[in-house]
Amino acid sequence: MAKETPTRCILLAEFDSAGDCMHGAEKLNKAGYRFFDAHTPFPVHGMDKAMGLPDSRMGWIVLAMAFTGLTAAIAMITYMNGIDYPLIIGGKPAISIPAYVPVCFELTVLFSAFGAVFGMFAMNRLPRHNHPLFESERFRAVTDDKFFLAVESIDPKFHPDETRKILQTANAKHFETIETEDDL
Amino acid sequence: MSYHAPNKDLGEESLLAPGTTFKSITESVSRVTETASPRGWWVAFLMAATFTGVLGAAIGYLFYRGVGVWGNNQPVSWAWDITNFVWWVGIGHAGTLISAVLFLFRQKWRTSINRAAEAMTIFAVICALIFPGIHVGRVWHAYYLFPLPNSMDIWPNFKSPLLWDVFAVGTYFTVSTLFWFTGLIPDLATLRDRSKTPIRSRVYGFLALGWRGSNRHWQNYERAYMILAALSTPLVLSVHSVVSFDFATSVEPGWHTTIFPPYFVAGAVFSGFAMVTTLMLVVRRVYGMTGLITLKHLDLMNKIILATGSLVGYAYSMEFFIAWYSGSEYELYAFINRATGPYAWAYWTMLLCNVISPQVYWSSSARRSIPVSFVISIFVNIGMWFERFVIIVTSLHRDFLPASWGYFRPTAVDVLTYMGSLGLFFTLFILFIRWVPMVAMAEVKTVLPEADPHYGHDDHGEHGHSDHSHKDDAHAEETKEDHDHGEAEA
Repeated sequence: MAKETPTRCILLAEFDSAGDCMHGAEKLNKAGYRFFDAHTPFPVHGMDKAMGLPDSRMGWIVLAMAFTGLTAAIAMITYMNGIDYPLIIGGKPAISIPAYVPVCFELTVLFSAFGAVFGMFAMNRLPRHNHPLFESERFRAVTDDKFFLAVESIDPKFHPDETRKILQTANAKHFETIETEDDL
Repeated sequence: MSYHAPNKDLGEESLLAPGTTFKSITESVSRVTETASPRGWWVAFLMAATFTGVLGAAIGYLFYRGVGVWGNNQPVSWAWDITNFVWWVGIGHAGTLISAVLFLFRQKWRTSINRAAEAMTIFAVICALIFPGIHVGRVWHAYYLFPLPNSMDIWPNFKSPLLWDVFAVGTYFTVSTLFWFTGLIPDLATLRDRSKTPIRSRVYGFLALGWRGSNRHWQNYERAYMILAALSTPLVLSVHSVVSFDFATSVEPGWHTTIFPPYFVAGAVFSGFAMVTTLMLVVRRVYGMTGLITLKHLDLMNKIILATGSLVGYAYSMEFFIAWYSGSEYELYAFINRATGPYAWAYWTMLLCNVISPQVYWSSSARRSIPVSFVISIFVNIGMWFERFVIIVTSLHRDFLPASWGYFRPTAVDVLTYMGSLGLFFTLFILFIRWVPMVAMAEVKTVLPEADPHYGHDDHGEHGHSDHSHKDDAHAEETKEDHDHGEAEA
């Protein structure tokens, strides 16, 4: 098999259980691999630690968007009702902070939600419909009941046989090599 | 850190039927979208679609003739339109409660019902949004609701609760849709990977955005999902609070009440859970999902119906107490008139449906009975519609000036518009169960014991780790720790 391995490829190992897949990831991580990923039908808890991933930065994106939303709301209301066309209603001042609260809250939430969803897309580089892993027929089971580890050949530690051995000790059931030109 | 098996001694039971596997979850949920619809689906769809047509006709007639085709007139200038609006928004609340609040509380049972409940939220809010849009009278001016530059150089009044409503319900609809779609992505990928025809593979593939279950993606995805849940929780509480401000900030006796925000939210959750129960009971039966949506789920939903129904009952009695305690004769009259005046029939229907009927759920056999749950859920839906009707119409029909007192009667157009909105709701829901995975597969899978990476680890032999000697020290240590924890817990 090794001689067939092209210069740039992904080694795809298939597992039957979440536990085995996580052990495999743990072993790769301990062995110093960095260019690998786990693919699972659902989020496997403990996998982030097993893979040695740093914490997600989603929260910061959302926080920034929350402040943007709040600022936009205050600016909009102040300009519209306080500066451009002051409306005196119920004897309240044209710029009346308590009356701003509901709209400010709603816009903060709205912007934050956009930040969470589209921030997640950006961080994950989605949508992406042309990933090399989609070449694999067996990989279709990743959204059903199979667990995969994909190791890229650009990883300095990568070796067609050694990597395979590590994954075999973690109970990998099937291997596949996918040729690719793309970045992952 | 061993996986959490149900503790039989404490009476815990599995959330899913025995024998459920990852594969069987994928199969039973995806199959619905892949096979031809049962004849019942077509019957239901055509009926619902007919009523959607009725809605279109009723609205068309309203636009042609004006708001006079409804029964609204002074003094009852808000009637079925706003009743329907508040009722539909309220129904939506259960979906967000299930998807967001129960998520934050780690209530894993939510996973079987959250997808359908969220869909219900979106469709209910669509129905709700129709009413304020069409009741404005001069519909060609409906865009005044939004802060858009216009030829009069005037802006909306941001001190008005009606404008807050536009922002609250608009945000609610947008965030609910985003939340729903985010949850759908992994399941759309499942449908993509199972698709046999190029059209399905293209459409679901396009919608799945190239999802491939990558753990680097799951990490951001889960964080985003949790943030959305944390955002939706105060949002859902704010939406019905803001809706209640429409009433509470007025000086109308019967409306000007500080209890309104929490009371409206409790009522919203109450009616929403009733609608979820109605829909789920039908769906699990028709599509054979009794293993995913079990009697345990029904039991838990009915407990929430009992709790929120009792909260609503408390609010009814507290309103009366405050009306008396306030010493305001207008306020007291508004409430006495509700219970004994011309609309007493509506008031007592409401009380019977909302407060009395859910009390049967103190019995666990009633909570687990499908016929009882179905009947009570319909009662609650009716009762909550009447609650909004009572609040709106009885408060308006006899206000400060006895000379202007009146009695509201709906017209045929009122009735047809309401029935049409039900038709629209069911049309959307029926299309949803046909084309979209109606149970969150990826989420339900996490509830199975096998989803825990520590599953079966108390007994290493079972998984055939022939390589124990190869394990590096760190891992061996962790495994040992796991065992220690297990013992400590035991």
